[in-house]
Amino acid sequence: MASALHQISHHSVTIPTPLALDSGQSLPSVTIAWQSYGALNADRSNAVLLCHALTGDQYVASDHPATGKPGWWARMVGPGKPIDTDRFHVICANVLGSCMGSSGPASPDPVTGAPLGMAFPVITIGDMVRAQAMLLDHLGIARLHAVVGGSMGGMQALAWTVNYPERLGSALVIASAARHSAQNIAFHEVGRQAIMADPDWQDGNYYDKYCMPTKGLAVARMAAHITYLSEAGLTEKFGRRLQARDIKSFGFDADFQIESYLRHQGLAFTDRFDANAYLYITRAMDYFDLADPHDGRLAGAFAKAKDVRFTLVSFDTDWLYPTAESRRIVQALQSVGAAASFVELSAPYGHDSFLLDVPALDRLVAGALGSGF
Amino acid sequence: MALRRDLAIIADAVPSSARVLDVGCGDGELMEALRAKGVDARGLEIDPANVTAAIARGQSVVQGDANRDLIDYPDDAFDYAILSQTLQTTERPDRVVDELLRIAPRAFVSFPNFAHWRIRLALLWGGRMPVTRLLPVAWYETPNIHHVTVSDFRDLIGARGIQVERVWHLSGDKPTSDAAASWRAEHAIFLIRR
Repeated sequence: MASALHQISHHSVTIPTPLALDSGQSLPSVTIAWQSYGALNADRSNAVLLCHALTGDQYVASDHPATGKPGWWARMVGPGKPIDTDRFHVICANVLGSCMGSSGPASPDPVTGAPLGMAFPVITIGDMVRAQAMLLDHLGIARLHAVVGGSMGGMQALAWTVNYPERLGSALVIASAARHSAQNIAFHEVGRQAIMADPDWQDGNYYDKYCMPTKGLAVARMAAHITYLSEAGLTEKFGRRLQARDIKSFGFDADFQIESYLRHQGLAFTDRFDANAYLYITRAMDYFDLADPHDGRLAGAFAKAKDVRFTLVSFDTDWLYPTAESRRIVQALQSVGAAASFVELSAPYGHDSFLLDVPALDRLVAGALGSGF
Repeated sequence: MALRRDLAIIADAVPSSARVLDVGCGDGELMEALRAKGVDARGLEIDPANVTAAIARGQSVVQGDANRDLIDYPDDAFDYAILSQTLQTTERPDRVVDELLRIAPRAFVSFPNFAHWRIRLALLWGGRMPVTRLLPVAWYETPNIHHVTVSDFRDLIGARGIQVERVWHLSGDKPTSDAAASWRAEHAIFLIRR
């Protein structure tokens, strides 16, 4: 049932200001759930905004309220860690459209009180960032020391440099891109179709029903999960090894370890994520293309971001947001004279490398955040 | 740690508040000295471990290849470009020099002088490609694919109408006279301009 996930209470604020969306629609008010770590200093100059990825959330360095597992970047954020909460006030907000307390498809219709479902307007990465800016206004934080994000979080960080360059010292963009490629969109469409093909999806009106589209959501997660890993990583971890058996079953059980692993990943995901939120957020990513309003010239997007210090990081085994996408951003930044750093790190884990143990990334993050502070 | 002599000369010669691109910046040693005197220094470096080290020091460095990636910088993006001990490793040194002086009106270019007397003697008497303190790697694995002498470099820039603003010739860490430079300079630092 939907209730388990949606009955969790989150630290949040409802800001009664309307939010005009890129689609032309608007939200009459915005609820934003967030977590913060470390103290804000007296002159409010040490705030770092962390932007989470597609299925991430605000529980960066605290146990997840649904799964009880440690936060998704607990290895990176904390006292004495690369994003040092003894020095920085780290804020992470659940993105607009998500399912961990911020406004999204499970939010109630202001008139009927029933969950909005697909009546929630389609949102963009730019809309997510506008909502974050509203939260910072609410918190009285005029300027960020840095905005940091990996994957979709990196897209938000880039959107920050385009929309609010005057509010930023630096931006750290990890394993990300300035646009979604045809391949990126294609994988997302597979996931969305899996959800919408599940009879329990019921056009998105499942929140008060006993059946939720868990099968579709699990398949969506399985397909996406493959894109987060490298082929070499999969081969090393699973190879063609069989799961808890010595011989093939000549049936359709999870004979192979990789099948069993993916099924488990898919199912576990449904405990902590909402299918409609998955539709909305993947759509927002697909619409993302910073160059689009500038006749396809990415440099045009960064025209006002000259004074932001950029650090971009890619991973050599990441085929979802490959190094070429980061280089494209670097070229655009160089052409406008922005101070940009870029490095391609070597790590075996594919796109997920940004979440895993890559010591060079730790050094980079600490260095990129520490400078000028 | 003291800055290598040729880097110290460049660091001294760059005016504070200049904008500088250090091509082949390594782990950012020279950039650190430049930043300490107020220079807006940025780097291009091919080795990811060096790039990581420089970024961890808080510097702006892009991982890239001087042979290919200089084209990404706009005209006159900097006041000075620096190419230190790297010219002889590039695929087309002539094109790299052109790129440096497109990106900035002035450039520092330093390189080991292949006409130094020790190298001449090694070739003359040994008949083999020299292995010296500044060129310590055997011919088959050296990154120095375009050996160049002080006279060669003067010819190259002369043919391209490039002006020499200043030259430092060094033997070890000591200056040598310009007159005997062709024989006695182990390496040279040229400050050139369009």
